[in-house]
Amino acid sequence: MAGVRVLVGTKKGGFILTADEGRKSWDITEPMFPGWEIYHIKGSPVDPNLLYASQCSGWFGQTIQRSDDGGKTWTPVGNEFIYDGVPGTHQWYDGTKHPWEFNRVWHLEPSRFERDVVYAGVEDAAMFKSTDAGMTWKELSGLRTHTTGPGWQPGAGGMCLHTILQHPTDPNRLFIAISAAGAFRTDDGGQTWKPINQGLRSEYIPDPDAEVGHCVHNLSLHPSRPDTVFMQKHWDVMRTDNAGDQWREVSGNLPTDFGFPIQVHAHEPETVYVVPIKSDSQHFPLDGKLQVFRTKSGGEQWEALTNGLPQEDCYVNILRDAMSIDTLESCGVYFGTTGGQVYGSFDSGDNWQALATNLPSVLSVEVQTLS
Amino acid sequence: MIRVTLPTNLRTLANVTGEVHLDVEQPVTQERILDALEDRYPMLKGTIRDRTSKARRPFVRFFACEEDLSHEPIDAPLPAEVVNGRELFMIVGAIAGGAPFLSIDPRE
Repeated sequence: MAGVRVLVGTKKGGFILTADEGRKSWDITEPMFPGWEIYHIKGSPVDPNLLYASQCSGWFGQTIQRSDDGGKTWTPVGNEFIYDGVPGTHQWYDGTKHPWEFNRVWHLEPSRFERDVVYAGVEDAAMFKSTDAGMTWKELSGLRTHTTGPGWQPGAGGMCLHTILQHPTDPNRLFIAISAAGAFRTDDGGQTWKPINQGLRSEYIPDPDAEVGHCVHNLSLHPSRPDTVFMQKHWDVMRTDNAGDQWREVSGNLPTDFGFPIQVHAHEPETVYVVPIKSDSQHFPLDGKLQVFRTKSGGEQWEALTNGLPQEDCYVNILRDAMSIDTLESCGVYFGTTGGQVYGSFDSGDNWQALATNLPSVLSVEVQTLS
Repeated sequence: MIRVTLPTNLRTLANVTGEVHLDVEQPVTQERILDALEDRYPMLKGTIRDRTSKARRPFVRFFACEEDLSHEPIDAPLPAEVVNGRELFMIVGAIAGGAPFLSIDPRE
């Protein structure tokens, strides 16, 4: 079926929202994995019917589910995430040493190039790779064993590797982000990693210009300009035009530059979306008004997009993996809230409508454009 | 035959309904029950106990014969009522808890 499939992870299960290319009528599945936290669901760019879901629970730990039929049926696959060698320690919140402990998978990133390759970003921060469609996992330990690793410390949600971007033409180049270590890049398929945080400035760490220690919340790039990456940091919206070697701030006229997700438009590489949140201690929109902000000039100049979004008494949050786009001719933009709403815009953000209003708290939103 | 009950989320994961019936080698212990359970339902590996250390997950409890056996040695023989199938070996999710960092919202 040509159309759109929206994969929604929530605190109490997963959901799939589907519509045809017109995006006028939406079907919502029954909950998948009811009762479990579904941190992330994502489909393979190579085989859109191959989906992965990160299913976890404070009681029963981590499970990975795989679907080979677009989410109709699911099978538990490998859930053994063993750090390579002796994991050692990182910094705890109070600066003391804390052993590296696996907690959960935050993000699953199927390869753009190979059907059965999928990457997993986990807490405590590390990168795992599967070459057999999720049956077994092996750590790409060059990241965690980077010389700066013992100095990494968790953000408020844990020390998580939450963002993975694969270069659109070079399978060996990947960008990742860790809260609160920062952004890293590999150019050799994950064997070695380089911190790419030059230009970031974080006043809440001892050395505001440190090589690592920045709380990067999310990254996004457009496939036509893979050296340009946009970043929502804890505070500050940033961009790089040389694959992370140097960043500059593009927050411009945003009313607040704290936020979680960031997304680039499907067809306009200088059009970018963020959702400003009041502050790091007050995780809700300014003045109770839910506003997506869009720049069409790669940053600095931002406009509020509010048509169809609640403009009073709205105090939800939009988490870092809870925004995505489709690639239809008129670009669709989608996001989910901690209040259980999923909003969509089918005209690049000018107008919004609620696709679902009463789901459990939304953790992640991914979109597949089906042909 | 050993009769085992699983919490709802694990029944869903293992795709079972009702009790699970297992043949377990004597002497019947927690460890042997869990070995047999994971052999039959490999998707449960890591959900009840750590894969490597075999330590019970913190929010999982084991009950039988109206007793909490969670802190008994894993290789201790279980009561005869469990061994002969008159009583259930209950794997239970703790009533409270579930979040490793209770004061912190996930993902924020």
